[in-house]
Amino acid sequence: MIAIIDYKMGNLRSIANAFGLLGAETVIAQTPEILSKAEAIVIPGVGAFRDGMKNLQELGFTNALQEEVAENKKPFLGVCLGLQLIAKRSFENGEYEGLDWIDFDVKKITPQSGNFRIPHMGWNELEIKGEGGVLLQGIPKPAVVYFVHSYFLQPNSKASEKLVTSTCFHGETITASVEQENIFGCQFHPEKSQNTGLAVLRNFIEFAKKHA
Amino acid sequence: MLKNRLIACLLWRDGLIVQSVNFNHTNFVGDALTAVDFFNTWAIDEIVILDVSRNAEKRDLFFRIIDELSARSFVPLTVGGKIRTIEDIRKLLQIGADKVCVNSEAFKNSQFVMQAAEMFGSQCIVVSIDVKKINDQYRVFINNGQTDTGTDPVGWAKQAEALGAGEIFLTSIDRDGSREGYDLELIAKVSGNVRIPVIASGGVGDWQHFIDGIAKGKADAVSAANIFHYSEQSTKKAKNFMRASGLNIREPEFYFINTPRKPKYRI
Repeated sequence: MIAIIDYKMGNLRSIANAFGLLGAETVIAQTPEILSKAEAIVIPGVGAFRDGMKNLQELGFTNALQEEVAENKKPFLGVCLGLQLIAKRSFENGEYEGLDWIDFDVKKITPQSGNFRIPHMGWNELEIKGEGGVLLQGIPKPAVVYFVHSYFLQPNSKASEKLVTSTCFHGETITASVEQENIFGCQFHPEKSQNTGLAVLRNFIEFAKKHA
Repeated sequence: MLKNRLIACLLWRDGLIVQSVNFNHTNFVGDALTAVDFFNTWAIDEIVILDVSRNAEKRDLFFRIIDELSARSFVPLTVGGKIRTIEDIRKLLQIGADKVCVNSEAFKNSQFVMQAAEMFGSQCIVVSIDVKKINDQYRVFINNGQTDTGTDPVGWAKQAEALGAGEIFLTSIDRDGSREGYDLELIAKVSGNVRIPVIASGGVGDWQHFIDGIAKGKADAVSAANIFHYSEQSTKKAKNFMRASGLNIREPEFYFINTPRKPKYRI
């Protein structure tokens, strides 16, 4: 069973629908107790970083996530804001601390030329690093997926740069997906990226099955 | 590089999808589930569905339809029409909308866009602007195109951007249903004055019009309604035509969604 965290920030339905189509059982987690029973955990999300962190905290998810994902190494997938929340900190309208599972900062996309509109909204092609790690393995190319965001993850070190499994270009290089052991994240929306996106989610489900 | 998007717009009125000419609804063209299945199958890039019913009697049915649609739409789904409050937005997002499209209320109450963007993020707030030419001047119309605000669309688009809108859905009422192509002058004016993406809407009569909207109008995304309902394999053909002209468009791959219909047909 995959727990999808409901922290009042997002398109829970879309991601639950996509997992459902792939035959995975999901539960919408409104309280942290469910996380210990889940085989995998997903933070979807759309919205502002500050509110996202605040809601996770207030609903009591922060400690449970720390325990289940960071310590017990349960398979985890963060999507869009859900990915940004696991970074070290974000500079979205101020400076805020994240869950700090991966050494990245969340920064505003600042294109070098005026031809790139913000938000970065629409379908963009992934540049997959090597085999694409776990999430992107076997994805047919060109892998074109749906993005909608104004902030992105920037690696803080050479070591964290190695966690990046794909990027895309929108006026600058945008981190599109990362993975570190049991922790996965994508800036794009696999639940809204048709065949390609469903293949990404299928890869996550397979990983979760093996590591349950 | 970011691709230009081809968007299908569905006008939902009292339970059925309708055709629109200058914002008057003419033919019923079928039901929403069939349309969405079709678009998903042929790799449309995004779906916009607007409740254009003249009153709110069937609003609950609309919510039920969105709920069902979202379960079978694996491309972004934008929902608009009759959105007046933050609660309205929350409800639509909960039942599966990815973005919401606001129009009259956004114009009347600038705080609304600001609050909505703060609450849900700019990326999910699309401001829809309906424009009509009066005495050779572009003007913003609200209330289903019934009320002339006297406002210049460029000014309003810039203000909407400043308030936190993530995208502009720009419709020419004059061109709506005309098949004469987009009002390229209008689209170029608005898109040249904002930094957020602009979606062109109103007037597509053949595939070349999509290309014009992007190449001449400088729209980021092009949308149409009627033409998709009346052409076989329309999105695939439109995309192939656009790709052949050199535009950066996502390939139309065939995708079969094995999701049973409940009920099978809703007519």
